Amino acid sequence: MDTDLSSQDRKDLDKFIKFFALKTVQVIVQARLGEKICTRSSSSPTGSDWFNLAIKDIPEVTHEAKKALAGQLPAVGRSMCVEISLKTSEGDSMELEIWCLEMNEKCDKEIKVSYTVYNRLSLLLKSLLAITRVTPAYRLSRKQGHEYVILYRIYFGEVQLSGLGEGFQTVRVGTVGTPVGTITLSCAYRINLAFMSTRQFERTPPIMGIIIDHFVDRPYPSSSPMHPCNYRTTAEDNAAVYPSVEDSQEVCTTSFSTSPPSQLSSSRLSYQPAALGVGSADMGYPVVFAGGLNAAHPHQLIVPGKEGGVPLVPSQSPHATQADQERMAMCTPLDGAHYSAATPSSSEDTETVSNSSEAKSGSPHDILETIFVRKVGAFVNKPINQVTMANLDIPFAMFAPKNIELEDNDPMVNPPDSPETESPLLGSLHSEGSSGNSTGNTHDDFVMVDFKPAFSKDDILPMDLGTFYREFQNPPQLSSLSIDIGAQSMAEDLDSLPEKLAVHEKNVKEFDAFVETLQ
Amino acid sequence: MNCRSEVLEVSVEGRQIEEAMLAVLHTILLHRSTGKFHYKKEGTYSIGTVGTQDVDCDFIDFTYVRVSSEELDRALRKAVGEFKDALRNSGGDGMGQISLEFYQKKKSRWPFSDECIPWEVWTIRVNVVSLANEQERQICREKVGEKLCEKVINIVEVMNRHEYLPKMPTQSEVDNVFDTGLKDVQPYLYKISYQITDSLGTSVTTTMRRLIKDTLAL
Repeated sequence: MDTDLSSQDRKDLDKFIKFFALKTVQVIVQARLGEKICTRSSSSPTGSDWFNLAIKDIPEVTHEAKKALAGQLPAVGRSMCVEISLKTSEGDSMELEIWCLEMNEKCDKEIKVSYTVYNRLSLLLKSLLAITRVTPAYRLSRKQGHEYVILYRIYFGEVQLSGLGEGFQTVRVGTVGTPVGTITLSCAYRINLAFMSTRQFERTPPIMGIIIDHFVDRPYPSSSPMHPCNYRTTAEDNAAVYPSVEDSQEVCTTSFSTSPPSQLSSSRLSYQPAALGVGSADMGYPVVFAGGLNAAHPHQLIVPGKEGGVPLVPSQSPHATQADQERMAMCTPLDGAHYSAATPSSSEDTETVSNSSEAKSGSPHDILETIFVRKVGAFVNKPINQVTMANLDIPFAMFAPKNIELEDNDPMVNPPDSPETESPLLGSLHSEGSSGNSTGNTHDDFVMVDFKPAFSKDDILPMDLGTFYREFQNPPQLSSLSIDIGAQSMAEDLDSLPEKLAVHEKNVKEFDAFVETLQ
Repeated sequence: MNCRSEVLEVSVEGRQIEEAMLAVLHTILLHRSTGKFHYKKEGTYSIGTVGTQDVDCDFIDFTYVRVSSEELDRALRKAVGEFKDALRNSGGDGMGQISLEFYQKKKSRWPFSDECIPWEVWTIRVNVVSLANEQERQICREKVGEKLCEKVINIVEVMNRHEYLPKMPTQSEVDNVFDTGLKDVQPYLYKISYQITDSLGTSVTTTMRRLIKDTLAL
């Protein structure tokens, strides 16, 4: 068999790789939307389901992927990467995963392109479907909402793993050998998250400070900007802004032959020449995407799902977008602008962009303070009592002041001038370790952290059962039991005895009458 | 040909058995199912589309992907349900294994019946543990979820070795390779069986059943 690839095979292979790359991006991004994906099987081939798999095409995602590829295909040294990151409502972001589609030089000349390679690419996509549900970022993405969102960014070129922190792990999804090289699909994911259970994100405020390396500036300022795309744009916007997939979609191969290769010509693919990389400039794409802005505004997939919100169906998206805007606006006043990228209307997004890098000001920290009332950590700079007294009407408040005085002066509890961002760090770190403890000894210098009494709800601010229990574990001693006081008054008692006796003698008759009533 | 054999082991609590088994079996079958074949003239065929859906587990912190086929799901649930009941009823220390075997049929001449030649066997060994309190159960939820993540990665690794797969059959042979009885997807011919190890753990006892797709009926 001729070892050189025929031109038809070459064309087919290029097409397969291109659409494989597009479908890979779709699978990854859809797996991080935060909702369950469901597509239907169809026994009759439709001609538009590449690799015989029902994978929906989100137009915005396809557009971004095509833009990143810019008419090229993954090749040696030029990998297609999808970066998944997390962004908190405070504006901090952290890379979670990098999915890489790479090509190396190892060729398999003998393999049949239109058959074996196609089927193996299909198998690889199925593996990708399975693996995307298995990395730690999946569970995080299912719980995204008020406190954080998951964003994606597609870039083409060298793989950059430095943003994943130390000790990241890699999982290989699979490889497919082709006559022009071997395609490898893999994922590198951050594992620091493994120490933070997903419950952290549900109950605690944002995790600022936990991952220290994510404050590092992005090492690749020249690469493509991240986009705050919200795929749930209205249908009208989609038609106007993005080329719908069907227009440029090439009909995928669905015909195979069990006959020898010489008869393969009878089952050739038909495709329409389509303009690759439809120019974004022509499509009225928002200005913000074309610019080389370094401010991080990755593609954002807003899913209010878990909070009982808006269903993510395109037909409902006009309402959804507005509801989402409102919801996001409520979560953090300053950062509400971040998430208002409901439609890619350029004016909104331009504002969003300019605000994003300046959004971090003092007030997020204020918000942090009030939220952190409940979290008590050792070495916390803010004494818990101070906060609780200020904000609360607690029962038995008159007994509390004694404890305040002690703790205010205690340097262990109230270290001077520690930055506020440490408290969530310490509080969260300690909460990981101490959740199993059950008793607290408040005589210690260390304040017991995170004492979680069973069946107590945390949602009644700001005092919870644990704090209450800790504070009132040591009530003041009864005065009559105190020996000091007893000793002092002994002398006084002796002196006053004669007077008391005199008084009692006067009332003898009353006492007698009383005694008689008892008999 | 040699039959490829893979073994996976999991330790689960009683109520997690079904979901854990379904997760593993569906993940395997996701890779071993194609769309329905439609044969045309000249020996060509086209393939239908396979849809997928995410399934959240109730008792495990885990989500798996399965093919969108209610028939296939029902068949697997039935098999897993029987396995679970057998495990529960066996007494003993709750150990057993369920096997998913992919095979090809080879026609034999009369009077011999068709042969079933396995080409891949997946065995899942299950160890059932019992837990004392809610806290342990919560930990178990997470641990089993992590374990299943590892199993999925193992399965994907095996699948992507691209080792032996039956050749794509002609129209007349398709039933020897694929299960064409489902209306929306077409998995390779498979059968599920299970064994319960007795409390001594030494020998395999009693229940050995062929549940589905037993093609020996004459």
